Amino acid sequence: MIAKTLVKASQDVGPQGDIVSLEGVSKTFSNGTVALKDLSLGIRAGEFLSLLGPSGCGKSTALRIISGLTGPTSGRLRWPQETASQPEHELSFVFQEPTLMPWATVFGNVWLPLRLKGISKSAARDTVMEALEMVGLASFAQSYPRELSGGMKMRVSIARALVTKPKVLLMDEPFAALDEITRFKLNNDLLALWQRFGWTVIFVTHSVFESVYLSNRIVVMAARPGRIVNDIAIDAPYPRTEAFRTSTLYADHCRSVSQALHSAMDANDHL
Amino acid sequence: MTVASEQHGLEAPMPNATVGLDPAEVAKLRAARRERVGRWLLPVVILALSVVLWDRVCVWNEIPHYIVPRPGLVLEALIADWPILSVALLNTLKITFGALFIATVGGLALAVLFTQSKWIEISFFPFAVILQVTPIIAIAPLIFIYVDSVQAGLLICAWIVAFFPVLSNTTLGLNSADHNLRSLFALYGATRWQTLRYLRLPAAMPYFLGGLRIAGGLSLIGAIVAEFVAGSAGSGSGLANQILEASYRLNMPRMFAALLLISVTGILIFLVMNLISHLLLRSWHESALKREH
Repeated sequence: MIAKTLVKASQDVGPQGDIVSLEGVSKTFSNGTVALKDLSLGIRAGEFLSLLGPSGCGKSTALRIISGLTGPTSGRLRWPQETASQPEHELSFVFQEPTLMPWATVFGNVWLPLRLKGISKSAARDTVMEALEMVGLASFAQSYPRELSGGMKMRVSIARALVTKPKVLLMDEPFAALDEITRFKLNNDLLALWQRFGWTVIFVTHSVFESVYLSNRIVVMAARPGRIVNDIAIDAPYPRTEAFRTSTLYADHCRSVSQALHSAMDANDHL
Repeated sequence: MTVASEQHGLEAPMPNATVGLDPAEVAKLRAARRERVGRWLLPVVILALSVVLWDRVCVWNEIPHYIVPRPGLVLEALIADWPILSVALLNTLKITFGALFIATVGGLALAVLFTQSKWIEISFFPFAVILQVTPIIAIAPLIFIYVDSVQAGLLICAWIVAFFPVLSNTTLGLNSADHNLRSLFALYGATRWQTLRYLRLPAAMPYFLGGLRIAGGLSLIGAIVAEFVAGSAGSGSGLANQILEASYRLNMPRMFAALLLISVTGILIFLVMNLISHLLLRSWHESALKREH
């Protein structure tokens, strides 16, 4: 049964290694807004992919469709590697806001995904503390969110996403509300964790500089209707550090991605 | 709130010692200390002064005690009539807290029911509004005709007055849970019960407590109004009955004494509600936090 499903799955998909794919996905909201039109995108396992575009290009909508929070109006979302034995694709979502429960401690917030699976506090303790260690907040387990800075709250949010040991991490402009110093720090920490655990990251951003620094593939999107206009590989090697941030290679990539983004926005104006 | 938050407020994570602080900081600390003392001292002083003024006005104008009694006389009546008044107080308290309890449990349960099904809310919310907007004093005579037990009638009246704030506030609170958190719960496959237990109820807590604070005062008002309407004397009579009875006899000191007991009860209910609210919210909610600027 399992083997059969596996064969079926591998026959159905195009290129091997896609962990999730959108096939001709369109999304129209009830007010008539076309958020996405005929979007096709295959995301390979282990990729750090950024969805980059102006506001209103549907990048967040695409992320919500991948997460399953909302369905496409037409087209398909597929998880080719999903098998009958493992029906749930393990993914986590990080929102733009930290989205913490103010009435729960840092520990309680990170425990939440496990708690919803019925794992008791004592059974979850080690896993939760491990996730907090990863983001450097183990000593703040008993603090309340209000006692933390914006950057620390976002770390808690990331720890909560990591506590379920996901294969896919969806991030919706997670650092947009943070100051630049904190953002750079969290960029580095995120990259280090990504290299260590090898998740697939789908990262929504409107920052050219952030997307080039983090990702090995940037999908540039345009608005009205939301669509993909460019698919750019960033082939700079990891680990990327502050040295990369100031290199000419980085500047070159930023320039070409910027041009792609602007041509998308110019094309928009003629519509 | 103020008194309670002063006593139970979390210490801000700032150094309290004045060592090494510049004069401006020291002045700020001193101002804060002055405010802390003034906050309870001033109302007490003003209250004492107004009692003295009341006494003096009675003496200066030679107002007879059967029109306005002097404060001393009220106190004497309170002590002399304590056997009667204490029984009445107890009866009123029973109705008040009985009604408050039913209103709290019932309001909370109805609110949860309303948020679980839109259709239930659409069907039954108008009834709640009708009960709320019809003055209790107009319904009360009917209730006392249809309900045999006076106690039950009083309880129903007080409950009708008190339950709406709990219901409407809690419904609002249950629907105010953060949108992204709801998405998160959906993403992790939370059941309806889990979403209620871990997200909607905690999010509704400040709203519920706000409703409870209003309901506390209203249940006392409801109990007193119902007692006036019921008008019955006898074993089950409360403070309102004492006021009525004393007024027939022009026993002004006892009327004032009963009034004083009602006011003090109301104040105590208010303080207790504030304390409960503060204890439950102090660790996380904005309303219970002290901020340093």
